[in-house]
Amino acid sequence: MHPAYSVILFTTASGAGYGLLTLLALVGISHGEASTLVFGLTSMVIALGLITIGLLASTFHLGHPERAWRALSQWRSSWLSREGVLAIVTYVPALLFGVVWSGLHPAPDLIKPLAVVTGVLALLTVMSTGKIYATLKTIRAWHNPWTVWVYLAFALATGAVILAAITSIFGNFPTFLVYFSCAWLIVAIIVKLFYWRSIDAAPRDLTMGDATGLGGLGKVGQWELPHSVPNYVQKEMGYAVARKHAAKLRKLVIAALVLAVLLMLAALAVPYAAVLSMALALFASVVQRWLFFAEAQHVVTLFYGAEAA
Amino acid sequence: MTSLPPPTPKKLGLVIDLDTCVGCQACATSCKEWNTQGYSAPLTDTNPYSADPTGVWLNRVHGYEVKEPGQEHSRIVNFPRSCLHCEEPACVTVCPTGASYKRAEDGIVLVNPETCIGCKLCSWACPYGAREYDQSHGVMKKCTLCVDRIYNENFEPEDRLPACVKACPTGARHFGDLGDATSEVSLLVAERGGYDLLPQMGYKPVNKYLPPRARRDATNTRAEALPKPDGSAFDRLFQWADKVLSPKNASARANEIDNSGKLEG
Ligand code: SF4
Ligand code: SF4
Ligand code: SF4
Repeated sequence: MHPAYSVILFTTASGAGYGLLTLLALVGISHGEASTLVFGLTSMVIALGLITIGLLASTFHLGHPERAWRALSQWRSSWLSREGVLAIVTYVPALLFGVVWSGLHPAPDLIKPLAVVTGVLALLTVMSTGKIYATLKTIRAWHNPWTVWVYLAFALATGAVILAAITSIFGNFPTFLVYFSCAWLIVAIIVKLFYWRSIDAAPRDLTMGDATGLGGLGKVGQWELPHSVPNYVQKEMGYAVARKHAAKLRKLVIAALVLAVLLMLAALAVPYAAVLSMALALFASVVQRWLFFAEAQHVVTLFYGAEAA
Repeated sequence: MTSLPPPTPKKLGLVIDLDTCVGCQACATSCKEWNTQGYSAPLTDTNPYSADPTGVWLNRVHGYEVKEPGQEHSRIVNFPRSCLHCEEPACVTVCPTGASYKRAEDGIVLVNPETCIGCKLCSWACPYGAREYDQSHGVMKKCTLCVDRIYNENFEPEDRLPACVKACPTGARHFGDLGDATSEVSLLVAERGGYDLLPQMGYKPVNKYLPPRARRDATNTRAEALPKPDGSAFDRLFQWADKVLSPKNASARANEIDNSGKLEG
């Protein structure tokens, strides 16, 4: 599948934003009281900023961005529509939570209920992003039970390192947060490794003979394409990164995440190391998302010369 | 509405005969011609006269070669591919806007170009590559089953057929109601063993493909049934007569053909 940069930017940025938002809500639930004004406002602006940048990026690749509002209408059948609806709805409790939790408008009683609603909606939004891909039967590497967990794990891991980085800058850096974000980075590594193991083990048991229905006659090969230059279907669905490169990039993702864990531990001694850790984790998140597209083979490639899918 | 209608009793679709299709591209070009002025028009081309032309086509004719066991030469199968107007099309249910829909009255799957936002998700959901994005209009395009011809009262009844079906010079494309077991197309499918593409995907295509018939080859073609020259006195007499009666340079060739024994009948 063609890795569209707007979609990669959207899913990683908004994923990190929702992850951060969920964790801020968790902080609100566990502390039950307002944070300091500057820290509260900064972290809420970063979370909602990442989400908003992501949502705007996602409209860049639309043919008609001005009609984007129509995408909110088909939530009964479409995960893309559900994602849009959830994304918009989440703003309401999130903004209210931000106002009371940062202490802009003191209302201690409201912190916990608003935090719960915000956290749940944020996680549901990330889940529906994952579902958009996981429900496509045409792409074996996406139609996989791990897909949704990968989206959730990377959202929370990148959210956690961003929270650690912000906290380290504000000085008051609890040891607990170091271990907490390390734990999420490790969860992301494990989930991603399981995902890769699962897609590598999935049989590629459809052939050109199955696609054309001619396989019963004999071995089917491509003789002539219907056109002289690649068409939309080939450009959009035919993109494939070489296996060799994919293997290297997978190692790069894992190496970056492991280094992010080590740097986060180093932050126990030198708090600013958390910022470097965050940069590496975000980098790993973008690369793995790029691979998520580039490694995925669409079944239509069978009509265009692929031997198996 | 992108939720699917209840199963439609009427299932309009195409039956494509892979045995008679000669790959002439008449259906593809007439589809392009009709649909560039009809529903969801135009079907744009970019750089049509330069080195890198691209454009939207709703029907494309592939060519496959099949290596049959025990056969020396591969067999070529021409393979037209357009939307199959599936009964359970995820291309419709994934659409966030309602622009993609399946008609309850006849099962035709359409895109409304006025409400499509061009998110392309539907093209990802189609296993058959039937949807092509129109870069210049920012919307998705697909086969309309010529909905603007088949019900068109301005046409004579015999012209109320999809453009591709009308254009096919070998009669390899058939149009009709596949929901009616007694329709001509349904009978044809039953008689010739028509099949679904990628039934594993679970989309339940309405369009059917008729498999190529058993191949005529060295064991059953008429050419091979011709007697070979056997070197008898008669053979030699006729060869001599042929040589004497043929113009000078043609005789050498005639002999060559005769001796090879492969003169086509
Ligand atoms: S062939 Fe593709 S575009 Fe047509 S109905 Fe089926 S899934 Fe949808
Ligand atoms: S490209 Fe258009 S028709 Fe296809 S899913 Fe998006 S909005 Fe629906
Ligand atoms: S039915 Fe009409 S739109 Fe569909 S392939 Fe044939 S000519 Fe094209």
